[in-house]
Order: sequence, then C-alpha cells, then structure tokens
Amino acid sequence: MDIITSLFPNGMWHYAMGGLLIGAGVSLLYLTTGLQGGASSFFSSTLSFFSRLPYFQSTSQLSSRGWRLIYALGMVLGAALIWQMAGLDIPTTELPAWQLMIGGFIAGFGARLGNGCTSGHGICGIASFDLSSVLAVVVFLSVAILTAQLMTEVLL
Amino acid sequence: MNIPYVLAVLIAGMLFGAGLTLSTMVQPEAVLQFLNFNDFGLLLVLGCATGLTMLVYQLAPKAMRRPLLALSFSGRPKQRLQQTVVGAVLFGIGWGISGVCPAPAVAGLGTGNWPLIWTLMAMFAGTYVQGRWFAR
Repeated sequence: MDIITSLFPNGMWHYAMGGLLIGAGVSLLYLTTGLQGGASSFFSSTLSFFSRLPYFQSTSQLSSRGWRLIYALGMVLGAALIWQMAGLDIPTTELPAWQLMIGGFIAGFGARLGNGCTSGHGICGIASFDLSSVLAVVVFLSVAILTAQLMTEVLL
Repeated sequence: MNIPYVLAVLIAGMLFGAGLTLSTMVQPEAVLQFLNFNDFGLLLVLGCATGLTMLVYQLAPKAMRRPLLALSFSGRPKQRLQQTVVGAVLFGIGWGISGVCPAPAVAGLGTGNWPLIWTLMAMFAGTYVQGRWFAR
C-alpha cells in the first residue's frame, strides 16, 4: 500500500480511465476508418493549407489534412466536454512562456523528423509491434526524463 | 469524407481529448512530475491506452475484412532508423523542457489552459522549419 501511494500520490484510477479513453479513441478511429491516429502529423498536414512548399503539398499531407483537422477539433471538444461535465479542476499552467515555446519548437521539429510522437510511436507504433517505434519510445522517454531532471536541477 | 466518416473521426478525437484531460496530461506540470519520478501515473496512462489499442490493432484485421467505413486498414509508415532516432532524441529534449507533447498541446486548449497556445504555435514553427530546411 505504501509503495503504491508513493508511486501514485495522486491516485491511479483517473490515469487508468484516461488511458483507456485515449485507447478507445485511437481504436474507434482504426475500426471505422482504418487510420492510425497519431497526433503530431496534424501539424505538418495543417501547414499544407498555408505553405506551398513541395514538402507540405505532398500527397500524404493533402490526403490526410482533412481528417487530421477534424480529429484535432474532436480533441479540443472532448477535452472541453469532460472538463465541464465532470467539473475537473485543471489549473492553468504556470510554466513561463519561454519554456513552453522552446520545448514546443524542439518537440515539433523532432516529432516530424522522427515521424511520430507519444501517440504515434508510443500508442500506435507499439500497438502495431513496430520495432522502430519501440526504439523511438525508449529513446524519447529516456531523453525526456534526463532533460526534465536536468531542468529541475538548473531551475531550482 | 461522408457524414458517418466525419462523425467517427470527430468522436475518436473527442475520446482522445477526454482521456488526456481526465488523466491530467493536458497539464504540463503533471507530465513534469512524472519525468521527475514524483508520480508514475503517466506510465498507467500510456500502458492502458497502448494495451487497449494493441488488442484492437492485432485482432481487428483478423476479425473483419475491412474497417467499417473504409476499404483497408493502414499499416505503419516507412521509417528511416537514423532519422527516427535523431528525431526521438530532439522530441525527448523538447518534451522534457515543456512537459507538453503534440496531442495535449491541442486538447489542452479545450480546458482553457491558454498558455498552451505558446506551445502549439511553437510546434507549428518547429514543424515548418523541419519541413522547410531539413526534410529529406
């Protein structure tokens, strides 16, 4: 019991239920449309509406930008609904803007270079038994842990 | 895309966004708590999400000839190992700095967590720079 409360000081059920909801979303997408629903390609496919660069005008960007945009809208809507309906307390982040921006820029760059993020490699890739995704997850999780702990050392 | 298809994608996204919110992954602070080993909840989130998806990804193509609203199940995109690893290193650095990965940057806006707009815009910028100057 003590081990559990020290590993999960904020409880476990909302993590497990939240994970199952995420999995249900990714699964529903696959069962109905056959699509693998990672999140980070939304950024490149949405840029195809604004940039004429050949990279953003490729067939895969153009053919996926519609559903990826709807998927993203759904995420915002689903988040808003459960937040309101369940009366969840989601404090606004107090991280400084520079931290949110620098992290976002590097993560956005890396996710596209590496072809996936926590959902694409993490959920869809592992669920597909894709070995390069498993490798990607091991790498980005380890690096993220190192980076965050280094940040904590430096900032405190 | 017909109406059932659009609805299916929308509802899938809604479930995803609701899950990110319920599991507090839309709060960068919660993710950083995990990365600093103060709360291992994110492993539960990832484990439950991946476990359920794994069942469906592995069983669905055997149980049904095609998806309900499309012609075929899509497989994994082709990966180039070196790019995947370098990309994962950079992604890990960025994620470790901000505690925000792409899906929460989008979904978090639904919970009124407005500062996440900084991350969202920066992710678009990072994606643009990658596609503009570093695409193969």
